[in-house]
Amino acid sequence: MTSDLSAPPRAGTTTAGRGTSPRPPFGVSAVSVLAVLIALFSLVPLGYVAYMTVATGWDTAVGLILRPRVGELLLNTLLLMAATIPLCLLLGVAGAWLVERTRLRGHRVWAVLLAAPLAVPAFVNSYAWVSAIPSLGGLGSGILISTLSYFPLVYIPAAATLSRLDPAIEQSAAALGLGAWRTFFRVVLPQLRIALTGGALLVGLHLLAEYGAFAMIRFDTFTTAIMTQYQSTFNGAAGNMLASVLVFFCLLLLLAEVRSRGSARYARVGSGVQAKALRLPLHAYQVPAQLFLLALTALAFGLPLYFVLRWILAGGADVWTASEFLPALVTTFTYGLAGAAATTVVAFPMAYLAVRHPGWFSKSLELSNYVTSSMPGIVVALAFVTVSIRMVPGMYQTAGLLVAAYVLLFLPRALVNLRAGLAQAPKELDEAAQALGKPPLLAFIRVTLRLTAPAAAGGAALVFLAIANELTATLLLSPNGTRTLATEFWSKSSEIDYAGAAPYALLMILLSAPMTYLLFQQSKKVAGQ
Amino acid sequence: MKIRNSALAGIALAATAALGLTACGGGTPAGGTSSSASNGAASGEITVYNAQHESLTKEWVDAFTAETGIKVTMRQGSDTELSNQIIQEGQASPADVFLTENSPAMTQVENAGLFADVNKDTLAQVPAEFAPSTGKWTGIAARSTVLVYNKTKLTEDQLPKSMLDLAKPEWKGKWAASPTGADFQAIVSALLELKGESATEEWLKGMKENSKAYKGNSTAMKAVNAGEVDAALIYHYYYYGDQAKTGENSNNVTPYYFKNQDPGAFLSVSGGGVLKSSKNAAAAQEFLKFITGKKGQEVLKNGTSFEYAIGSDVPANDKLVPIKDLQAPKVDAAKLNSEKVTDLMTQAGLL
Repeated sequence: MTSDLSAPPRAGTTTAGRGTSPRPPFGVSAVSVLAVLIALFSLVPLGYVAYMTVATGWDTAVGLILRPRVGELLLNTLLLMAATIPLCLLLGVAGAWLVERTRLRGHRVWAVLLAAPLAVPAFVNSYAWVSAIPSLGGLGSGILISTLSYFPLVYIPAAATLSRLDPAIEQSAAALGLGAWRTFFRVVLPQLRIALTGGALLVGLHLLAEYGAFAMIRFDTFTTAIMTQYQSTFNGAAGNMLASVLVFFCLLLLLAEVRSRGSARYARVGSGVQAKALRLPLHAYQVPAQLFLLALTALAFGLPLYFVLRWILAGGADVWTASEFLPALVTTFTYGLAGAAATTVVAFPMAYLAVRHPGWFSKSLELSNYVTSSMPGIVVALAFVTVSIRMVPGMYQTAGLLVAAYVLLFLPRALVNLRAGLAQAPKELDEAAQALGKPPLLAFIRVTLRLTAPAAAGGAALVFLAIANELTATLLLSPNGTRTLATEFWSKSSEIDYAGAAPYALLMILLSAPMTYLLFQQSKKVAGQ
Repeated sequence: MKIRNSALAGIALAATAALGLTACGGGTPAGGTSSSASNGAASGEITVYNAQHESLTKEWVDAFTAETGIKVTMRQGSDTELSNQIIQEGQASPADVFLTENSPAMTQVENAGLFADVNKDTLAQVPAEFAPSTGKWTGIAARSTVLVYNKTKLTEDQLPKSMLDLAKPEWKGKWAASPTGADFQAIVSALLELKGESATEEWLKGMKENSKAYKGNSTAMKAVNAGEVDAALIYHYYYYGDQAKTGENSNNVTPYYFKNQDPGAFLSVSGGGVLKSSKNAAAAQEFLKFITGKKGQEVLKNGTSFEYAIGSDVPANDKLVPIKDLQAPKVDAAKLNSEKVTDLMTQAGLL
């Protein structure tokens, strides 16, 4: 790979006067302008929610927000988060600790299996559970299904961090007389802080945004209620006010995460090679630990897979009618690819500024994107419907608009990866190439872009995965006649045609599986930085 | 400078790629005239905003396309979602035809002045009682309100005399409905028209207190069948449709008709209309004429939808209770008001 970078410099390109201070490949201003434009665009949904709240008028807005129904939704949503987030933290950390820090038999296999539930979209999980226990409904079921669907969001970063922790601190703690449990709580857990707050934030945002999984078990949250209002009034004031409350919660979560992340530094400082972490012997706990992990993965991954396969067998060959099935597959692929490509391209200026020109400016640009992507798909979609009908009717119900919504929703997935990739491509290499006579753009393409390519591909894969399973924004914004795997699955399963829905469920799982594995691998690489 | 331009060009290229999709997936291509239909008949393509059951409209569409060569694109949604959407889209609406499960959403679009007159020969196929006097849209099928109950949990003498009884305390926790559905909202709009606002408000309050909310009529019936709840207020054909298949979700269930002109005996008319803004009005009118015609109505009689045929003298599916035996209350479809209903239901905390 690196040998390609040192291609012989072309003679005669070393113009006098350039000296040793290489120019940046693009004018920074051009990149900045692009990044600002993208950031402004990404604030459209937030602006829409604010505008709608004002346009509704104070009295009407207050009347719609302060009513018993909102209280019910609030209680449902808060109880759901209060129960699910701690459960996910508990399961995620316990799993990660067993897999990374104990002499658990088969820990390599368990390490992958614990990430696997992420390959099952939450609404497929819900469908499987409803097949198993048809009477499921309400808060308890909501907690059950979302915990099983989302604990890997904590497990993955926790495992990645644990595998990278410097055991020297723990050993010191032990040497100073701290027992194993105390060491864990006073030394290990604090070092997991970033992984845990990040994971908790992701779980929280998923809980706020989830529609399909909760609709299927008759559990109402703000998102399901907004969808209900949308289907009753398309774009009524009541739905918009619910959306403003929901956005408020997303912002609160985001703020809480920033605050609790703290500013302490956890990276290892100093020279020398990090010792390999010690694995604790489990002794008598080996069997219970195995049983615990077996139960967890059976419920979170085994059960959905079993019921999807069972419905597939029950449905027989009839449900695989190519006339409905192939177009949905092709459409999903096309949107996934277009969305992933567009998101990666759009993320690039931001990532570039963040890595090469860090500062308040690039930070605030980035933040504006996080704010938008923390909003549920349904709010972004509502904003796009309204804005496009009124201001750019030509874009209304076009594939372009849907792709634009995907870009806003999933930008951070590409951004985080790209940033890590760019950080690994030191600008000194770029400068060296320029010093050797490459024009700045060529040097940039040959050196930086090439080194960033794997990270960009990783980010694009994650975006593709998210698009393939996206439901609410697709339902609201798609062009007439569009059918994706997710929308077909949803329409079949809501007509309780469970056998007809099964092939779409299986395909979504199959599409997601390699991406989940990639995410799992990627997190280990990024954890140390 | 050159460099900046190429960076911009890269972004522009990506944007173009994204927009390029529009061409193949998005816009409604201007009516092509290459169709095989001859002697000046309608041709080209139309877009149907479909709130009717997807499978029923698909049967209609397939038969229609086979006969005329006119290609039909469907957008699926619920009654009021699509009616409100058409109103917001106004003149720019891509829709040519609008089909609903119930009539309130049709009235809403009619009141916004967006429907063209339905062709006379189409109206002639539908009896006056199933179409509004204005002729701005027409009935295309009908569905009857029914209480499905679990045979093992309720006996006949325990059944309510009137739908209004379901708001009484003795029905607490015993019945289900799908309040988010257009079907249920149509029943409420009939109640509103028959008994007035305060009675409706009172009944909705009782419903919030007594009923369990399910998403979709079939899910509610499935819950009755499984014994999760004793009864559900839904439309008749979910029962007959499931019986015709495996009966898996309805074998413990019996339908009960309120009759006696009770609000619970409401017969809801599904509507169809052509948008004034249609770019291919001839084909759109042709489609409406087809589904209310003999072939279209026979899809209702012989197909798997189990909705009532109402036009072209086609009788109902012989598994159904005949329309004249339903003793439905007389309600003018043009007077059903969906906006008022969603407001009342929002106030009652059901939405």
